[in-house]
Amino acid sequence: MTGPKIIFFILAASIVVFSLLSVLDRRILRAAIYLLFVLVALAGLFYMMNFQFLAAVQLILYAGGIVVLIIFSILLTSQINSKLDAPRKSHLLSGLITAVGGIALSLATVIPFVFKATASDAIGTDMRTIGRQLLDTGEFGYALPFEVISILLLAALVGTIFIARKSKT
Amino acid sequence: MNLQSEIPLQYMVVLSTLVFFIGLLGVLIRRNLITMLMGIELMLNAVNINFVAFNHYLFPHRLEGHFFALIVMAIAAAEAAIAIALIINIYRKFLTVNVDDVDELKY
Repeated sequence: MTGPKIIFFILAASIVVFSLLSVLDRRILRAAIYLLFVLVALAGLFYMMNFQFLAAVQLILYAGGIVVLIIFSILLTSQINSKLDAPRKSHLLSGLITAVGGIALSLATVIPFVFKATASDAIGTDMRTIGRQLLDTGEFGYALPFEVISILLLAALVGTIFIARKSKT
Repeated sequence: MNLQSEIPLQYMVVLSTLVFFIGLLGVLIRRNLITMLMGIELMLNAVNINFVAFNHYLFPHRLEGHFFALIVMAIAAAEAAIAIALIINIYRKFLTVNVDDVDELKY
Protein backbone atom coordinates (compact mmCIF):
# COMPACT_ATOMS: atom_id res chain seq x y z
CA MET A 1 0.00 0.00 0.00
CA THR A 2 1.42 3.32 -1.03
CA GLY A 3 0.45 6.84 -0.08
CA PRO A 4 -1.94 7.72 -2.93
CA LYS A 5 -3.62 4.35 -2.66
CA ILE A 6 -4.25 4.76 1.07
CA ILE A 7 -5.64 8.26 0.52
CA PHE A 8 -7.84 7.03 -2.31
CA PHE A 9 -9.29 4.22 -0.21
CA ILE A 10 -9.96 6.57 2.71
CA LEU A 11 -11.71 9.03 0.39
CA ALA A 12 -13.67 6.34 -1.43
CA ALA A 13 -14.78 4.67 1.79
CA SER A 14 -15.93 7.96 3.27
CA ILE A 15 -17.77 8.88 0.07
CA VAL A 16 -19.67 5.58 -0.04
CA VAL A 17 -20.39 5.38 3.71
CA PHE A 18 -21.54 8.99 4.03
CA SER A 19 -23.69 8.86 0.91
CA LEU A 20 -25.39 5.74 2.26
CA LEU A 21 -25.91 7.47 5.61
CA SER A 22 -27.24 10.58 3.91
CA VAL A 23 -29.78 8.50 2.02
CA LEU A 24 -30.81 6.26 4.91
CA ASP A 25 -30.70 8.57 7.94
CA ARG A 26 -34.19 9.63 8.97
CA ARG A 27 -33.09 12.85 10.66
CA ILE A 28 -33.11 15.21 7.73
CA LEU A 29 -30.62 17.76 9.01
CA ARG A 30 -28.06 15.03 9.64
CA ALA A 31 -28.66 13.74 6.13
CA ALA A 32 -27.72 17.18 4.80
CA ILE A 33 -24.53 17.21 6.87
CA TYR A 34 -23.58 13.74 5.59
CA LEU A 35 -24.11 15.07 2.06
CA LEU A 36 -21.65 17.85 2.92
CA PHE A 37 -19.05 15.24 3.94
CA VAL A 38 -19.54 13.39 0.64
CA LEU A 39 -19.01 16.61 -1.32
CA VAL A 40 -15.84 17.53 0.60
CA ALA A 41 -14.39 14.03 0.08
CA LEU A 42 -15.16 14.38 -3.62
CA ALA A 43 -13.20 17.61 -3.71
CA GLY A 44 -10.28 15.67 -2.26
CA LEU A 45 -10.65 13.10 -5.02
CA PHE A 46 -10.54 15.83 -7.69
CA TYR A 47 -7.46 17.26 -6.02
CA MET A 48 -5.81 13.83 -6.22
CA MET A 49 -6.36 13.82 -9.97
CA ASN A 50 -4.58 17.17 -10.32
CA PHE A 51 -7.73 19.20 -11.00
CA GLN A 52 -7.11 21.80 -8.32
CA PHE A 53 -9.45 24.37 -9.84
CA LEU A 54 -12.31 21.89 -10.00
CA ALA A 55 -11.69 20.89 -6.38
CA ALA A 56 -11.89 24.53 -5.32
CA VAL A 57 -15.09 25.04 -7.33
CA GLN A 58 -16.54 21.90 -5.77
CA LEU A 59 -15.83 23.22 -2.28
CA ILE A 60 -17.13 26.73 -2.95
CA LEU A 61 -20.18 25.87 -5.01
CA TYR A 62 -21.40 22.62 -3.46
CA ALA A 63 -20.15 22.77 0.11
CA GLY A 64 -20.53 26.53 0.38
CA GLY A 65 -23.58 27.11 -1.76
CA ILE A 66 -25.87 24.18 -2.39
CA VAL A 67 -25.59 22.54 1.04
CA VAL A 68 -26.26 25.89 2.72
CA LEU A 69 -29.34 26.36 0.51
CA ILE A 70 -30.54 22.86 1.38
CA ILE A 71 -30.04 23.45 5.10
CA PHE A 72 -31.92 26.75 4.88
CA SER A 73 -34.83 25.08 3.15
CA ILE A 74 -34.82 22.26 5.72
CA LEU A 75 -34.98 24.79 8.54
CA LEU A 76 -37.77 26.68 6.77
CA THR A 77 -39.92 23.64 6.07
CA SER A 78 -39.53 21.21 8.98
CA GLN A 79 -39.00 21.04 12.71
CA ILE A 80 -35.38 20.64 13.66
CA ASN A 81 -35.93 17.41 15.57
CA SER A 82 -38.52 15.91 13.28
CA LYS A 83 -37.81 12.54 11.82
CA LEU A 84 -38.84 11.48 8.36
CA ASP A 85 -41.35 8.69 8.05
CA ALA A 86 -39.77 5.31 7.59
CA PRO A 87 -39.94 4.35 3.92
CA ARG A 88 -42.77 2.04 3.02
CA LYS A 89 -41.79 -1.60 2.68
CA SER A 90 -42.79 -1.74 -0.97
CA HIS A 91 -40.80 1.41 -1.79
CA LEU A 92 -37.77 0.15 0.11
CA LEU A 93 -37.94 -3.22 -1.61
CA SER A 94 -38.32 -1.84 -5.13
CA GLY A 95 -35.66 0.80 -4.51
CA LEU A 96 -33.18 -1.77 -3.22
CA ILE A 97 -33.88 -4.10 -6.14
CA THR A 98 -33.35 -1.25 -8.61
CA ALA A 99 -30.15 -0.06 -6.94
CA VAL A 100 -28.55 -3.47 -6.45
CA GLY A 101 -29.59 -4.65 -9.89
CA GLY A 102 -28.28 -1.47 -11.47
CA ILE A 103 -24.98 -1.74 -9.66
CA ALA A 104 -24.59 -5.40 -10.69
CA LEU A 105 -25.47 -4.68 -14.31
CA SER A 106 -23.18 -1.65 -14.61
CA LEU A 107 -20.25 -3.31 -12.91
CA ALA A 108 -20.61 -6.46 -14.99
CA THR A 109 -20.41 -4.27 -18.08
CA VAL A 110 -17.66 -1.91 -16.97
CA ILE A 111 -15.14 -4.07 -15.14
CA PRO A 112 -14.17 -6.38 -18.03
CA PHE A 113 -14.01 -3.44 -20.45
CA VAL A 114 -10.53 -2.48 -21.59
CA PHE A 115 -10.07 1.29 -21.75
CA LYS A 116 -7.57 2.63 -24.26
CA ALA A 117 -5.69 5.71 -23.21
CA THR A 118 -4.46 8.21 -25.74
CA ALA A 119 -0.76 8.40 -26.42
CA SER A 120 -0.61 12.19 -26.62
CA ASP A 121 1.26 14.26 -24.08
CA ALA A 122 -0.65 15.49 -21.08
CA ILE A 123 -1.70 19.12 -20.98
CA GLY A 124 -1.17 21.09 -17.79
CA THR A 125 -4.14 21.78 -15.55
CA ASP A 126 -2.93 25.11 -14.21
CA MET A 127 -5.16 28.15 -14.05
CA ARG A 128 -3.58 29.77 -17.12
CA THR A 129 -4.44 26.85 -19.41
CA ILE A 130 -7.94 26.53 -17.98
CA GLY A 131 -8.68 30.23 -18.33
CA ARG A 132 -7.37 30.44 -21.87
CA GLN A 133 -9.31 27.40 -23.03
CA LEU A 134 -12.48 28.52 -21.30
CA LEU A 135 -12.56 31.82 -23.19
CA ASP A 136 -11.02 30.62 -26.44
CA THR A 137 -13.18 30.65 -29.56
CA GLY A 138 -10.88 28.49 -31.67
CA GLU A 139 -10.29 24.76 -31.53
CA PHE A 140 -10.57 23.28 -28.01
CA GLY A 141 -12.13 26.56 -26.92
CA TYR A 142 -15.16 26.62 -24.69
CA ALA A 143 -16.38 30.20 -25.09
CA LEU A 144 -19.85 29.21 -26.34
CA PRO A 145 -20.71 26.83 -23.45
CA PHE A 146 -19.36 29.46 -21.07
CA GLU A 147 -21.71 32.13 -22.40
CA VAL A 148 -24.66 29.72 -22.54
CA ILE A 149 -24.08 28.81 -18.89
CA SER A 150 -24.01 32.48 -17.94
CA ILE A 151 -27.38 33.01 -19.64
CA LEU A 152 -28.74 29.90 -17.90
CA LEU A 153 -27.62 31.20 -14.52
CA LEU A 154 -29.25 34.57 -15.22
CA ALA A 155 -32.48 32.83 -16.21
CA ALA A 156 -32.33 30.69 -13.07
CA LEU A 157 -31.81 33.80 -10.95
CA VAL A 158 -34.81 35.62 -12.43
CA GLY A 159 -36.96 32.50 -12.37
CA THR A 160 -36.13 31.74 -8.76
CA ILE A 161 -37.08 35.24 -7.64
CA PHE A 162 -40.29 35.07 -9.64
CA ILE A 163 -41.26 31.68 -8.21
CA ALA A 164 -40.35 32.32 -4.59
CA ARG A 165 -41.77 35.82 -4.11
CA LYS A 166 -45.04 36.19 -2.26
CA SER A 167 -48.01 36.77 -4.53
CA LYS A 168 -49.78 40.06 -4.00
CA THR A 169 -53.28 38.67 -3.63
CA MET B 1 2.61 11.61 -8.86
CA ASN B 2 1.58 9.01 -11.37
CA LEU B 3 -1.91 8.03 -10.39
CA GLN B 4 -2.41 5.59 -13.24
CA SER B 5 0.06 3.06 -11.91
CA GLU B 6 -1.36 3.26 -8.38
CA ILE B 7 -5.11 3.27 -8.92
CA PRO B 8 -6.71 1.69 -11.98
CA LEU B 9 -9.48 3.58 -13.76
CA GLN B 10 -11.87 0.78 -12.81
CA TYR B 11 -11.72 1.83 -9.14
CA MET B 12 -13.02 5.28 -10.04
CA VAL B 13 -15.78 3.83 -12.21
CA VAL B 14 -16.83 1.43 -9.45
CA LEU B 15 -16.91 4.30 -6.95
CA SER B 16 -19.05 6.48 -9.21
CA THR B 17 -21.41 3.57 -9.94
CA LEU B 18 -21.93 3.02 -6.21
CA VAL B 19 -22.58 6.70 -5.53
CA PHE B 20 -24.96 6.98 -8.49
CA PHE B 21 -27.14 4.08 -7.43
CA ILE B 22 -27.11 5.16 -3.78
CA GLY B 23 -28.46 8.51 -4.98
CA LEU B 24 -31.09 6.70 -7.05
CA LEU B 25 -32.05 4.68 -3.97
CA GLY B 26 -32.48 7.94 -2.08
CA VAL B 27 -34.77 9.35 -4.77
CA LEU B 28 -36.83 6.16 -4.80
CA ILE B 29 -37.33 5.49 -1.09
CA ARG B 30 -37.78 9.01 0.28
CA ARG B 31 -41.04 10.92 0.04
CA ASN B 32 -39.64 14.25 1.22
CA LEU B 33 -38.84 16.70 -1.58
CA ILE B 34 -35.63 17.95 0.01
CA THR B 35 -34.14 14.49 0.52
CA MET B 36 -35.08 13.62 -3.04
CA LEU B 37 -33.16 16.71 -4.16
CA MET B 38 -30.18 15.48 -2.14
CA GLY B 39 -30.35 12.15 -3.95
CA ILE B 40 -30.25 13.99 -7.27
CA GLU B 41 -27.19 15.94 -6.13
CA LEU B 42 -25.47 12.63 -5.30
CA MET B 43 -26.24 11.32 -8.78
CA LEU B 44 -24.86 14.47 -10.44
CA ASN B 45 -21.68 14.16 -8.39
CA ALA B 46 -21.26 10.54 -9.43
CA VAL B 47 -21.40 11.67 -13.05
CA ASN B 48 -18.75 14.28 -12.28
CA ILE B 49 -16.40 11.62 -10.90
CA ASN B 50 -16.68 9.77 -14.18
CA PHE B 51 -16.04 12.83 -16.33
CA VAL B 52 -12.99 13.86 -14.34
CA ALA B 53 -11.57 10.34 -14.10
CA PHE B 54 -11.91 9.68 -17.84
CA ASN B 55 -10.33 13.05 -18.56
CA HIS B 56 -7.41 12.35 -16.27
CA TYR B 57 -6.81 8.73 -17.23
CA LEU B 58 -7.68 8.46 -20.90
CA PHE B 59 -7.48 11.91 -22.52
CA PRO B 60 -4.95 13.98 -20.57
CA HIS B 61 -4.11 16.06 -23.68
CA ARG B 62 -7.53 17.79 -23.57
CA LEU B 63 -9.58 19.31 -20.79
CA GLU B 64 -13.01 18.23 -22.03
CA GLY B 65 -14.04 16.25 -18.97
CA HIS B 66 -12.91 19.07 -16.74
CA PHE B 67 -15.06 21.64 -18.50
CA PHE B 68 -18.00 19.27 -18.71
CA ALA B 69 -17.79 18.73 -14.95
CA LEU B 70 -17.72 22.51 -14.45
CA ILE B 71 -20.86 22.91 -16.56
CA VAL B 72 -22.59 20.09 -14.68
CA MET B 73 -21.80 21.90 -11.45
CA ALA B 74 -23.25 25.17 -12.75
CA ILE B 75 -26.42 23.40 -13.87
CA ALA B 76 -26.66 21.63 -10.50
CA ALA B 77 -26.49 25.01 -8.78
CA ALA B 78 -29.24 26.46 -10.99
CA GLU B 79 -31.33 23.34 -10.48
CA ALA B 80 -30.94 23.44 -6.70
CA ALA B 81 -31.92 27.11 -6.59
CA ILE B 82 -35.06 26.58 -8.69
CA ALA B 83 -35.99 23.40 -6.81
CA ILE B 84 -35.70 25.11 -3.45
CA ALA B 85 -37.79 28.07 -4.62
CA LEU B 86 -40.45 25.59 -5.70
CA ILE B 87 -40.20 23.68 -2.42
CA ILE B 88 -40.66 26.86 -0.37
CA ASN B 89 -43.67 27.78 -2.49
CA ILE B 90 -45.16 24.30 -2.13
CA TYR B 91 -44.65 24.51 1.63
CA ARG B 92 -46.50 27.85 1.75
CA LYS B 93 -49.46 26.34 -0.04
CA PHE B 94 -49.67 22.82 1.45
CA LEU B 95 -47.70 23.20 4.73
CA THR B 96 -45.83 20.01 3.92
CA VAL B 97 -43.08 18.92 1.54
CA ASN B 98 -44.16 15.32 1.35
CA VAL B 99 -44.79 14.40 -2.29
CA ASP B 100 -47.69 12.12 -1.43
CA ASP B 101 -49.64 15.02 0.09
CA VAL B 102 -48.92 17.47 -2.70
CA ASP B 103 -51.61 16.39 -5.11
CA GLU B 104 -52.91 19.57 -6.73
CA LEU B 105 -51.41 21.38 -9.67
CA LYS B 106 -53.70 24.40 -9.73
CA TYR B 107 -52.80 27.08 -7.28
